[in-house]
Amino acid sequence: MSVASRAFLPFTAGLAQLGACGIFLLQTLRAVPRSLRYFRETVRQVFFVGAMSLVIIMTCGLFVGMVLGLQLYHTLSIFGGTAALGTVVALSLYRELGPVVTALLFAGRAGTSITAEIGLMRATDQLDAMEMMAVDPLAYVVAPRFLAGIIAMPLLACVFNALGILGAHLVGVSWLGLDNGTFWSNMTANVDVWDDVVNGVWKSTAFGAVCTLIATFQGYTSPPTSEGVAYATTRTVVFSSIATLAIDFIMTAFLM
Amino acid sequence: MNANQDDALIRDALIRISGLRTVLNGKTIFDGVDLDIPRGKITAIMGPSGTGKTTLMRHITGQLAPDAGEVIVDGKNVWSLSRDALFELREKIGYLFQNSALLTDFSVFENVAFPLRQHLRLPEEILRNIVLTKLQAVGLRGAAELMPSELSGGMVRRVALARAIVRDPMLIIYDEPFVGLDPIALNQILKLIRTLNETLGITSILVAHELAAVRRVADSIYLLAGGKIAAHGAPDELSRGETPWTRQFFSGEADGPVPFHYPAPDYAAQLGLAGAKA
Repeated sequence: MSVASRAFLPFTAGLAQLGACGIFLLQTLRAVPRSLRYFRETVRQVFFVGAMSLVIIMTCGLFVGMVLGLQLYHTLSIFGGTAALGTVVALSLYRELGPVVTALLFAGRAGTSITAEIGLMRATDQLDAMEMMAVDPLAYVVAPRFLAGIIAMPLLACVFNALGILGAHLVGVSWLGLDNGTFWSNMTANVDVWDDVVNGVWKSTAFGAVCTLIATFQGYTSPPTSEGVAYATTRTVVFSSIATLAIDFIMTAFLM
Repeated sequence: MNANQDDALIRDALIRISGLRTVLNGKTIFDGVDLDIPRGKITAIMGPSGTGKTTLMRHITGQLAPDAGEVIVDGKNVWSLSRDALFELREKIGYLFQNSALLTDFSVFENVAFPLRQHLRLPEEILRNIVLTKLQAVGLRGAAELMPSELSGGMVRRVALARAIVRDPMLIIYDEPFVGLDPIALNQILKLIRTLNETLGITSILVAHELAAVRRVADSIYLLAGGKIAAHGAPDELSRGETPWTRQFFSGEADGPVPFHYPAPDYAAQLGLAGAKA
């Protein structure tokens, strides 16, 4: 192998992975109609990736909201604008922090578990066994998880936002003494359902699709060894985080 | 086996493999393998470890494409089938994996019921009866509610066997079915393999190393070695060891055409001993 080829190896390998992931996406989308007969499996996966992630999402949402409330209250007080606390917290959460932080937490909690589970199924021949029983693993294993991620992520982001606003309210109103009516009325007056809330939901839906695609792809293609599954799990977190932030920038640019 | 018997076997072959050539990671696994698996018979595939017995099964079931050659199963060229047609063919094949490949999230009962639930719309009572019948056949009816993690290695293999036979397939492939079985379980499984073959006429391929067990059930043996069919014949005929391949394999000798040692540099030179060859 020449020096030039070796220098470009990481780039070409990355490009090949991206291409393989694209093909995997098309195969998964093609398997989605067939996966509808495994509706109960999809519901089970919504429970595993959604309901089972609630504790971490709610806890982190509450603390992120409390930190936001504290920081913004002190910053806004410099300009005498503490009355806008509710508005600023809600806009930050709905537009950016809610979808993005939820996606990062989702990648760490649900994404890794999806990758490890599918990777171990690969390592223990369970996916091959399904193929041999004429059951398509893409329809039975991958597509239900993919759909579950798309369904669960916006719901989790909504829960995160709600707990975040509650956290900011606890700090701003209950602790620092901001008027309760001011907090809520400014928020409801300045937050638009379509421009702010729905755009956040679109974002989190896109993040759900991308994070679950990466998690299932990494698991499905992981080498059948303990080291292979470990690396695949790490890659899921790294790639999901990068993809979430990159897509967030692109979507923000288009949705602004 | 005379020429007339050979001709009859070819006519009645459920599986015909011709000119099979496979190279994996630069290593030639098969170099022109031709074999026929007759319908309704038990055919054993034997050979030293790493000679490609499982790879051969993967070719037969359409899991791995060969570099050259034809694999005809039940009159269909496996590698010209569409995915749907391949799945249709696989519905008629039961496969016992080398490492059992039980679905770890499902109980023993659900593992055995899995192929039935996926492909047939059976009333729950009938499905339950079929599953319990198969579990009874492998002696594990009482373990129906256990999870795979609660089973011993031998029990796991028996559950996998029950799953492989649950749909009474046209062909059953047993990849190392005797590993981890105690003598009682081994005896019962051998009887089960023979009974399935005799009562339902199921064609069976047995990949195994245990000559004593294979001799009790197999109608014929193919000995794979060096990427080719080294010998083929009835178990008693082959175990007489009339060729260097069969002699070495069936008597377990280190010296012979099958090298015991993986290719390596000179031993003394590698140990750095004085006077070693350069």
